[in-house]
Amino acid sequence: MITLLYFARLREALGTGQEQLAQPASVNTLGALRAHLAQRGGAWAKEMAEGRNLRAAVNQTVATADTPVSDGDEVAFFPPVTGG
Amino acid sequence: MKVRVQQEDFDVGTEIAAMRRSRPKIGAIASFVGVVRDVNDGDSVATMTLEHYPGMTEKSIAAIIDEARGRWEVLDALVIHRVGTLKPTDQIVLVIVASAHRGDAFAACEFIMDYLKTRAPFWKKEITPQGGRWVDARVTDDAAAERWQQPVSKVK
Repeated sequence: MITLLYFARLREALGTGQEQLAQPASVNTLGALRAHLAQRGGAWAKEMAEGRNLRAAVNQTVATADTPVSDGDEVAFFPPVTGG
Repeated sequence: MKVRVQQEDFDVGTEIAAMRRSRPKIGAIASFVGVVRDVNDGDSVATMTLEHYPGMTEKSIAAIIDEARGRWEVLDALVIHRVGTLKPTDQIVLVIVASAHRGDAFAACEFIMDYLKTRAPFWKKEITPQGGRWVDARVTDDAAAERWQQPVSKVK
């Protein structure tokens, strides 16, 4: 299973902050995972669309579209950060 | 080197006193305190709620401190970032850097703050008269962080 986390505006738009996902056979990178989630349609299609300014982390390290994703990973999606 | 993410307020004087205690090699301590403003982007702000990514937050700030230590002489550093609901005049963030000399302390303190703004996973939601809104990331914060990517000379 992959643990998926969503934060801030994204969490509100998707209506969930966390879920467990059985890794689809076609998903082995962050980019593929994002495309897979976008196929859910509705808010998912809008928020996960390629043009959206979205950041992501795999196992709590900032990641890019080609970062590998494996079973057991923690993957987080979030808007650009605004702390400080 | 310490990182704390907490709901409670902090006291700058207490933290600085703790850092310099029994540390005679420290010759300079620089600190920065971020505070909640009552106006942002033209609207009055009643309260602000800070959300973060537990685990990654602490790791990312520790990595920023490590990077500062690679660039300047840093004898000790502390970052405290508050989360939860805050109101104008409340303290949000504290950065303290101790060094032998002021140049390193000033530069490392500013560097840590600039990188924290663009790399640490915190998000602010403001409550204004128009309702709640998530704060947008600022281009000026990206520019402030990027200027550190140019070569810098060590000031002693």
